[in-house]
Amino acid sequence: MSVIYSVLGNVLPFHWADYKFMINALLAVLLIAPLMGVLGTMAVNNKMAFFSDALGHSAFTGIALGVLLGIKNEIISLVAFGVLVALIITRVKNKGNSSSDTVISVFSSTSIAIGLLVLSYGGSFSKYSTYLVGDILSITKKELLYLLITFVAVLIVWSFIYNKLLVITVNRELAASRGIKTALYENIFVIMVAVVVMISIKWVGILLINSLLILPAAAARNIAKNSRQYMSLSVAISLVSAVSGLLISFYEDTSAGATIVTVSAIIFFVTYILRKK
Amino acid sequence: MASENGCGLCKISVNNIGVKKGSDVILSDVSFHLHCGELTAVIGVNGAGKTTLVKSILGEIQHQGSVGFESHDGERLNKITIGYVPQRLDFDRSAPVSVEDFLLVGRTSSPVCFMRNKKVSAQLDEALEAVGCLDLKKRKLGELSGGELQRVMLVNALYPLPELLILDEPVSGVDAQGSEKFYEAILNLKHNYHMAIAMVSHDLEIVREYADKVILINKTVLKSGPAKEVFESDEFKKVFFTVPEKGAFV
Repeated sequence: MSVIYSVLGNVLPFHWADYKFMINALLAVLLIAPLMGVLGTMAVNNKMAFFSDALGHSAFTGIALGVLLGIKNEIISLVAFGVLVALIITRVKNKGNSSSDTVISVFSSTSIAIGLLVLSYGGSFSKYSTYLVGDILSITKKELLYLLITFVAVLIVWSFIYNKLLVITVNRELAASRGIKTALYENIFVIMVAVVVMISIKWVGILLINSLLILPAAAARNIAKNSRQYMSLSVAISLVSAVSGLLISFYEDTSAGATIVTVSAIIFFVTYILRKK
Repeated sequence: MASENGCGLCKISVNNIGVKKGSDVILSDVSFHLHCGELTAVIGVNGAGKTTLVKSILGEIQHQGSVGFESHDGERLNKITIGYVPQRLDFDRSAPVSVEDFLLVGRTSSPVCFMRNKKVSAQLDEALEAVGCLDLKKRKLGELSGGELQRVMLVNALYPLPELLILDEPVSGVDAQGSEKFYEAILNLKHNYHMAIAMVSHDLEIVREYADKVILINKTVLKSGPAKEVFESDEFKKVFFTVPEKGAFV
């Protein structure tokens, strides 16, 4: 790490690069942003924006569970609960008995309520309020390592399942008729989304995490014509908004997460105007 | 049943297929043979069970009876490759998926958004050329016309090269020129690859022009045989002319 600090400190002749927490934050967004850009493409294709929103909200209960069970590292309970919620929502949705947005909404509100109920017990919620907007500047070296491992693992799995997911996106029945196990691949995908969302939520915040996943891909989708453009634009938009948002937040003293999301929202509206009807 | 003129290389026998939905009988005791190098059309009024029959052959729904495959020397085959062109593909037309993306995902395991294998790409060009739609390669799937989409779906169904090709109402809602191009491609396949082709169709003109054999069904097989024979049969006249409001001439 010290090598990275000195290299970046010298390569980047800016005021902000003198601070270790800024370098850490920069490395963190350089890992989180591409992941969000990549996973977002399929989330948007499969109309899962509301799903990932609910997933983010379930973090409340994930943290609460960790507190109740006395787990020191809340990432474990967060990820475990996130994966569970993702799989349950997907299963209930595919049963198709009730409208999927109703199902998702029920999960979303229930997990917010239960989480808040437990965390506010004894009036101690303020301790957890950083989870609402996140604090990317607080990321530690160890957490960066977790992120790096997640980054590599997700990209490896992704490269194996991408083609299958793409066929499923076009038409489920067609995918099934080609012998693709649609439920299996869908589950692998939602598990990956759950892991990435839950690992990043401490630094990005429950309120903003979904925008990071959805906005870059939605912006890319406005102008992309094929899967290669879609993927590369989504990652590029995600990276540009993450890095520029972080730096703007440093100089303007604003919340990093909020600034990043605002930049990607601006990019979304620009591409929306540019899109071919 | 019309198996006596079976001269094809291989044979697909559909034996006593029956499908029930609750207490409703959708199909009962449907038997016929399909032969390689022949285009067999399945005709019938709406609700006769044509699409259910296709799904039974594809193994997508539960049914009674069996579907068997035989090679030309009479050997039983457990599984054959079936290519399927669905009636109408329901998909999100705004998805950023090009024709090339869509067709490559079935041919390669490397992610199509990054890696392009030159050999696979060349094979794809050849396949597109064969049905006259190489110019569609870079187009977005959602921007294609009905006829163009059907030809792309045909290319998709032809990899891996099937022994049996099933077309379900392949060109409903497609303009005349698109329809003609589509059937030209089908005839080429029949001649060049000696494929067994089964086609469900409403369009009796098309059936008359292209089908070698015709199977007329209404919950069960009413009449089957060479196209001309079926068209001149009493069963055919009864189905299509006594209840014209339910018939195919709409």
